[in-house]
This record gives sequence, C-alpha cells and structure tokens, in this order.
Amino acid sequence: MTSIANQIPIAEGLFTWPSNDPRLLGSKCNNCGVVTFPAQAGCPACCGEDTANIEMERRGTLWTWTIQGFLPNRPPYDGPETAETFKPFAVGYIELPNQVRVQSRIKCDDLDQLKIGMEMDLVVEKYVERDGKDIIAYFFEPAGQR
Amino acid sequence: MDVAIVGIGMHPFGRTDGVSGLDQGVYAARQALSDSKLDWNDLQFAYGGSSAAGNADSMVSKLGLTGLQFINVSNGCATGGSALQSAYMAIQSGMFDLGMAVGFDKHPRGAFTVDPEASGLGKWYGDIGMALTPQFFGMKIQRYMHEYGISEDTLTRVAVKNYKNGAMNPNAWRKNAFTYDEVAQSPMVCDPLRKYMFCSPAEGGCAMILCRADQAHKYTSNPVFLKAVAVKTRTFGSFEVFSQSQALDRAGAPSEQASKAAFEMAGIGPEDIDVAQLQDTESGAEIMHMSENGFCADGDQEKWLQEGHTEIDGKLPVNTDGGCLANGEPVGASGLRQVYEIALQLRGGAGKRQVPNKPKVGYTHVYGAPGLSGVTIMTT
Repeated sequence: MTSIANQIPIAEGLFTWPSNDPRLLGSKCNNCGVVTFPAQAGCPACCGEDTANIEMERRGTLWTWTIQGFLPNRPPYDGPETAETFKPFAVGYIELPNQVRVQSRIKCDDLDQLKIGMEMDLVVEKYVERDGKDIIAYFFEPAGQR
Repeated sequence: MDVAIVGIGMHPFGRTDGVSGLDQGVYAARQALSDSKLDWNDLQFAYGGSSAAGNADSMVSKLGLTGLQFINVSNGCATGGSALQSAYMAIQSGMFDLGMAVGFDKHPRGAFTVDPEASGLGKWYGDIGMALTPQFFGMKIQRYMHEYGISEDTLTRVAVKNYKNGAMNPNAWRKNAFTYDEVAQSPMVCDPLRKYMFCSPAEGGCAMILCRADQAHKYTSNPVFLKAVAVKTRTFGSFEVFSQSQALDRAGAPSEQASKAAFEMAGIGPEDIDVAQLQDTESGAEIMHMSENGFCADGDQEKWLQEGHTEIDGKLPVNTDGGCLANGEPVGASGLRQVYEIALQLRGGAGKRQVPNKPKVGYTHVYGAPGLSGVTIMTT
C-alpha cells in the first residue's frame, strides 16, 4: 500500500484529502442556496459574493453519460494510456440530491450497463503515477460495484 | 436603420493544402467585393475573426492599407456570427455606411484541442480527459433522447440529409452523399453519436459586405436585409459544454434566448421562416436546435425527420448547404457560411439545392463554446 506522503491530489480543493471518507468540496450560496462544484467565491445564480464551502453527498444518480471512444489529445489530457493501450472510458453527470450535478469520469466494469437513473457512488483513488507519486482523482462508479 | 447584405463571398470549405487560412479569408473578401462591384478602398470598416489561423486584421496588408477601422473578433464557434453582429451595430448606430464582416480558419486534423485554463477551468479537467466537446454533445443528446423519445434513426436521418445537401454544393467539403447504412454503422465516437454524425475541424473563409439599407440598390439589384441579429450567452441552469457541474433546475439554452430576442426584433415568428441554417456540430445538435429555436416542440423532431419536413422541398428546409456536417467546422467562418447560404437562397442563386417557391425569409443559428448563440433573421 502506498503511503499518504506519496499521494498527491490532482488539484487542491476538489475533495477532502487525505481522508478515510473523502468528499467532493463544493460551495453553497448564503443568499440563494445554490450549490456549485468546484467551490467558488461568486454565485452563478444570484451573482452574490457570499458563499461557504461544503462537503458534497457521496451517493447520487446518473443523469446522463457518454463513452469517450478515442484517445484525447495531449495536452491537455495526461492519462496513463498510449494509443495501443487506450480503452474507451465513460464520463457523465451525477445528480447529488438537493445539491448539483457533478461531471465525472465513471469507473464501470461493464460499460453496457450504464443507464440514466442508476445509483452511483464517489470513489477517490489513484488516477495515474507521475514522478514516482500517485496522482489521486475523484470518480463515480455504479453503487455496489465493489 | 435597417442593414443590407449587398455582397457575399466564400472560399471553398474543406482542406486546401498550400493556402493559409488568412489567404482563404482574403479570397472570400475579394469574392464579396466583386459580388457587390465594390473595391476594398470603398469600405469604411471591417470586423473579422479566426480561431486558429491568425489575426484577421492582418488581411489589410494583402487587400490594401487603406486605413479603415478593422476590429478582430474572437467568440468561439460564434466568431463569424459575432463579426456580423458587430458590423450590423456599426451601421445601425449611424457611425458607418459600408463595411465588411469576414471569418476564416484552418484547423489541424483530428479533434479540437482545448486549453481548459483559457476557458476558466482547472488544469485537472483536461488532465483527466473531460475537456472534449464531443463528450458534451454525446451527453446532451443522450439526455434529450431519454426525455423526449428521440431514436438513433432520427440521428442518422439528419446526417444523411445534410450530406445529401452537401453533395449539391460546389463549395462543400464532403461531396459524397453517405448512405443511411454508412452513417448508422460508422464507428461510435461518443455514445450515441457515431463518426459520420459529427462534423470535423476544417478550413474555409467567408465574407459579407454590409451597408445601410437605403443605399443597398446602389450596389446590387438583389440585396438581402438583416431584420434581426442577436447574440446571447448562457444563463444559470442551461446545460453547456465544459461545465464541471450544472444546476438541478434547468433553464433555457442560450439558443432559446437568442432566438426569442431575434424573433422579437424582427416582429415575426418561427412559422414565418422559409429556410433555416441551424448549428449541426453533430446530428444531435441539429435536432435539439430545431426546438430551442422554436421551430417544433421537444420530441416532434422524430416525426419531422420521418416526414421529411427539413428536406429542401419540406416545410422548413434546414441546412440546405450541407451544414457543418458536409462543410466541416472552420470556427471563424462557420457562422458566416450560414448567412452566405441564406443570402444565396433568398437571392434564388442556390442552384441544384435551391429551395422552391422563392423563399423570402431565412434564419441562421450558430452555437459555440462555452455556451453562446448567435441568430440572424434575413428577408428579401
């Protein structure tokens, strides 16, 4: 098992880390209550500037999805695959109850089972290894997949 | 003060090796000048743009250093539409009488490369593989099909129609009309959208000469009048490309806002339009834009495509020049290509793809990242 010291989040402030129960970090407007992810100081709904950071729900439902069928251009893509090893991956929006829909890579053993409305859980884990360190990112996966 | 289009010009779309994007813009500009029997030094101003082929205002060194006001426009896929909007305002304000809107581009082959940070997103968003426009198009139509019962058959029919129209357009890139099976069985790119349901980055140039409506007959016997031009950005709750999250409550798309504003400005409604160009970055976009622009109810597209309503001889011909699917997407030029086609149709000069019964009112709609739309309404 890799030590925490060897793990770096893909971006600061996206999720709580290190944590045994990591959560995405969003913001909630103190004026109109609208939730945004990632956290931001200004509210996109009421144009206010008074928001507070919140931890997001970890279970939601799949609102829409697609499958990325070709290796994305790099940069900006920086995943571990080569043209030879690339396998299509899923992306979608997960609706977190009473909060917001979050865009996420989806880890799914069987892409054919993806269906709008299915329950999805947050997982925060290794995305890629760079310079001897594990880059940690967030994903969603079908509830009960593991 | 109404504004007229008195000259149109185009460099063929597609791939033109050995000709820079800028030179394709210059070619289109000269065509438009020749169409209106004007010279470059007659023009008082120009607005121009390109996304990947350099600064439009450097055209002046090729067209002539006349000292005119030339302003570069950069507004994603709506760059051409925004150049036209700017030219429209310049004349409507009374500041100028005669000028040009021009757009051109030349993109590398393959999918567009996006710089997430330039769009206000975190670097991680591209790192992890989400900064791709095809994903958005796939996800938006996936949800739309789920909500409104649109089938893959309808996605295929849109593509087949546009390639068929493109095959009648000498300036189009793809002049071969793909069959239904070729589209329906092409490789999956971003579910549910297949390879031949997507447009590809391309090259091309397009230019318009605009003037005060009361002077239009000085330059041409068949002017086309801009009755409305509207550009709108997204409002809170619309589902847009490059959104790390989206609100639970849905709001109307920027295309809906731009469409409503344009119809209000023109004082007419969707039922008055004889021919339309709707952004068809991919098949799903044309389907959703039919309703976002007010031409049909959500879900009616299934019937419309089955009954051929958007074919050249249908009740509302859509993308008569083959749209983005057959012409490709040179970002700076696409919005103006739509206006070029409508002008040609209203002038009765569209050749084999001419809409019958002398169309009098036309409509263009462009959509671009990160969520903006431009609409024009034109009349004879």
